[in-house]
Amino acid sequence: MSNQYIFAVARIRKKELELLNREFMEQLLAAPGEEACLQLLNEKGYGTAGQTANELFEEEERKTWQLVGELVPDVKVFDVLRLQNEYHNLKAAIKETCTAGTHPGIYLNGSIAPEQLEKILLERDFRKLPDPMQEPAARALDVLLTLRDGQMCDCIIDRAALDQIRETALASDGEILPLYGELTVAAADIKIAVRSAKTGKGADFMKQAMAQCRTLDLRRLSQAAAAGLEEVISYLKTTGYADCAEEIRKSTAALECWCDNLLIRSIRPQLRNSFGIDPLAAYILARRIESRSLRMILTGKRNGFDEEEIRGRIRETYV
Amino acid sequence: MANLGFVFALIGAAAAALFAGMGSSIGVGRAGQAAAGVVAEDGSQFSKVLILQLLPGTQGIYGLLIAFITMSQIGVLGGSADMSLAKGLAYFAACLPIAFVGLVSGMAQGNASVAAIGLVAKDPSQFGKAMIFPAMVETYAILALLVSILAIFAIPGLTI
Repeated sequence: MSNQYIFAVARIRKKELELLNREFMEQLLAAPGEEACLQLLNEKGYGTAGQTANELFEEEERKTWQLVGELVPDVKVFDVLRLQNEYHNLKAAIKETCTAGTHPGIYLNGSIAPEQLEKILLERDFRKLPDPMQEPAARALDVLLTLRDGQMCDCIIDRAALDQIRETALASDGEILPLYGELTVAAADIKIAVRSAKTGKGADFMKQAMAQCRTLDLRRLSQAAAAGLEEVISYLKTTGYADCAEEIRKSTAALECWCDNLLIRSIRPQLRNSFGIDPLAAYILARRIESRSLRMILTGKRNGFDEEEIRGRIRETYV
Repeated sequence: MANLGFVFALIGAAAAALFAGMGSSIGVGRAGQAAAGVVAEDGSQFSKVLILQLLPGTQGIYGLLIAFITMSQIGVLGGSADMSLAKGLAYFAACLPIAFVGLVSGMAQGNASVAAIGLVAKDPSQFGKAMIFPAMVETYAILALLVSILAIFAIPGLTI
């Protein structure tokens, strides 16, 4: 039994008490507006008074990674959880470089500073990027510059991200990080299949966009997507993702919510695990999914959405 | 070769202190890490988690007790060190229960203490219940201690 993370897990046990539960989410939903929600969050220890929603989320993410940095000798063990941000930033930087634009707030927390990322792309010095990013970055930049095809650019980067997430996750310790990799890739493949079925995308697009995973047969999934949405649902009913049929029929947002809920349900047993890296990984994922729910609530309140409509997009809570 | 019995008896005493002490040190060490993690976030839980940390420490004390009694019986702490090979082997065998059960139960109790400390971290009012779980492991260390003590005190009366 690993002794390595006993101290860290004990600290996380205390930190889990600070996570938001369903009752608090309901309080936020009942609040009259975004300001009231931010005040409630401040009282709960989230962010500081006077912050905007984005500032609050940035600070909370920084706090999570600062805590993780204190808990583990090398934060690289959680690299797989940061890859989505890294590739999001790469995609954003490619678009900023090609359009010579400056859109504040498009970058997320990542290991490479946005200015440095843009400089690398401007100078086409891809060797300064991490190895797995070099080839897709060069290809995506060329596609956007020569063909002006933003969708293909996104497709190249997203596929590279999925491949690296799966590869890194499989090489990670414990059960949760490999599970996260599998579910992330499978959820992305399902979303691609649904989108392709709805928009009539061909097999070539799906082949380029979908990444291999253990729990889905990509050949059957893309064949089903080419035949229509009901075929996709029929195929998924033969897999471990049968529950998502209803959500697929509802909307993309409902499907995304289902994917996050599936992850939350899969990591919840870690609340009772006292050893190993898994409870730490589960905490980071719980914080991330909690942030997504808070974003839904704050954005909904800001835009005057109906309470029921927002409630439908809130993810299950970890605690 | 004349003192081979004494050597075996002394190895038994050493094994009792050694293995039971190892079990306790591993168990207390693990529980200590968890206790430090809780205190890092909430210093008011210090006394509760300290008690839970100390629970796996008893096996080491039991091992020491058996080693001490054995050494006093075989003459290491004074008196004659003469004994037959059979008697020496008997002392050696008598020390084995606490040596091995001490090692394994110390580690197992440490793990149970880690989990109990996690429970106290979540809900300090559950301290009483949390203490019972690692304390249950103690039963088996006490049984082994009892067997070792009974055997060691019975050996001098044996005609072997």
